[in-house]
Amino acid sequence: MSILVYTESENGKLKKTAFEVASYAKGIAELMNTSVTAVSINASDVEELGNYGVDKILKVDNDKLSKFNADAYAEVLTQAAKKEESKVVVLSQSANAKYLAPILSVNLDAGYASNAVKLPIIEDNFTVERTAFTNKAFNQTSISTDVKVIGLSNNAYGLKENESSATVEDFTVELSDDNFGIQVESVDKNTDKVSIADAEVVVSAGRGMKGPDNWDMIEELADVLGAATACSKPVSDMGWRPHSEHVGQTGKPVAANLYIAIGISGAIQHLAGISASKNKVVINNDPEAPFFKAADYGVVGDAFEVVPQLIEKLKEFKANNS
Amino acid sequence: MKILVCISHVPDTTSKINFTDNDTKFDTSGVQFVINPNDEFGLTRAMWFKEKQGASVDVVTVGGKDTEPTIRKALAIGADTAIRVDTEALDGFQVAKELAKVAKDGEYDLVIAGRESIDYNGGMVPGMMAKMMNANFVNTCVSLDIDGDKATAVREIDGGKEKITTTFPLVIGGQKGLVEESDLKIPNMRGIMMARKKPLNVVEPVAADTHTKAEIFRKPAPKGDVKLVDADNLDKLIDLLHNEAKAI
Repeated sequence: MSILVYTESENGKLKKTAFEVASYAKGIAELMNTSVTAVSINASDVEELGNYGVDKILKVDNDKLSKFNADAYAEVLTQAAKKEESKVVVLSQSANAKYLAPILSVNLDAGYASNAVKLPIIEDNFTVERTAFTNKAFNQTSISTDVKVIGLSNNAYGLKENESSATVEDFTVELSDDNFGIQVESVDKNTDKVSIADAEVVVSAGRGMKGPDNWDMIEELADVLGAATACSKPVSDMGWRPHSEHVGQTGKPVAANLYIAIGISGAIQHLAGISASKNKVVINNDPEAPFFKAADYGVVGDAFEVVPQLIEKLKEFKANNS
Repeated sequence: MKILVCISHVPDTTSKINFTDNDTKFDTSGVQFVINPNDEFGLTRAMWFKEKQGASVDVVTVGGKDTEPTIRKALAIGADTAIRVDTEALDGFQVAKELAKVAKDGEYDLVIAGRESIDYNGGMVPGMMAKMMNANFVNTCVSLDIDGDKATAVREIDGGKEKITTTFPLVIGGQKGLVEESDLKIPNMRGIMMARKKPLNVVEPVAADTHTKAEIFRKPAPKGDVKLVDADNLDKLIDLLHNEAKAI
């Protein structure tokens, strides 16, 4: 009956989202008066999950799972959920978790609520609040199946320390060739740069930058803040920046702690995609730009003057506060 | 190669989002409906396979008669046949089950859907379909090539990409990158005229059950006013971000 939570890792180390989904699973476990079991695949530092409310860790070590494979990973979670007789399975909304969740929910004949932002209301037909219409609205979704799968939006619940003593159990899974219909040939990942999905801070720029050659200062600002870089749709459509940086309704969603928009006017599709970010800063020379209505902090000014100054001042600030 | 493209009928990205019936239903009044953008990238890639590799391309949607203009548009863009499963789309599981039935019955090799619809953002239909059909599945797909009985795809991951090889039957959760924005086709008059003569088959649903129900909607609370900081006083901005927002 344990709440099952999939705690993701990368290169053998748990990701920050692992602790957030564990915290959230603990929240559900308290509502349902049960315990939390985490599943981790090829991770070594799993004991730390005990600080976030996890009671038991099913530790899977399997060379076949060294590269992410949605169907095989879903199979691991399916077998874990059956072993634990779990009624609720919690995952993050990373690209990998979003990939495997629908497969998992078919395996478990479970209803799946993605993009959840709050704890479920158990007594009200197990209702979960989730975002819809690309953050332009919230929707209460009830799940009617016996087993339920919930995908928690990144940064929606936060980390909640909750000391318990986690026991670690080796968990062996049965996998067949059918689970490996997909072969990953190569992975191209920028390891020295934080991804938009994992970033606490995102520095994003738009057409106001006038051309791709002017991105040095955006990257420098991102460097100073340890931020990911992003861009608006026109910028990616014109090929100034790669598609992978496009944030907004048809691009990536951003749920960062701090989102800094430079030279982005704030089209409705863009604002929808970034609205889950907690603090929004806009720097734009047009005081009428719609972004000022959506932002928490604004600077009316020329990006080519403001950004270099901001970089210098942030460097000073970082030097004094480190 | 038989390709099926799944089309979701969604409000245009510029739509104002409002709700009616005590906030239980999306208010469609004055809203323009379009092909879901993630599906349109897939449809356009499918057209490329038709033109260059002789594939056949059918399109399918799950919905009432009101969705027909949207699938007609897919015919005008160049799809051969449209299928409408005649039932209201209620949740991801039900829609996936209806689509999986159509895909199995039609013996399609490749099914292309969008990674998510821009209205409910469930992001589950392609993956569920694939599992129900026992097909291979690539999500957040930004590049797809077919060479005989093999497919090569690129999947977007957090912070990068991975290259995948697989076989058919295959389901794709597509997005921008499958084709570029500039490759999208606006139907011309000839296409629109031809689309009127192309078959639009209405099929009965399998009456799949649902797993979830969208109950009440609400819009985000109105935001407070922006705090403006003078461009000559960026120390103030840093102070606010550090002490008030606690973001740096």
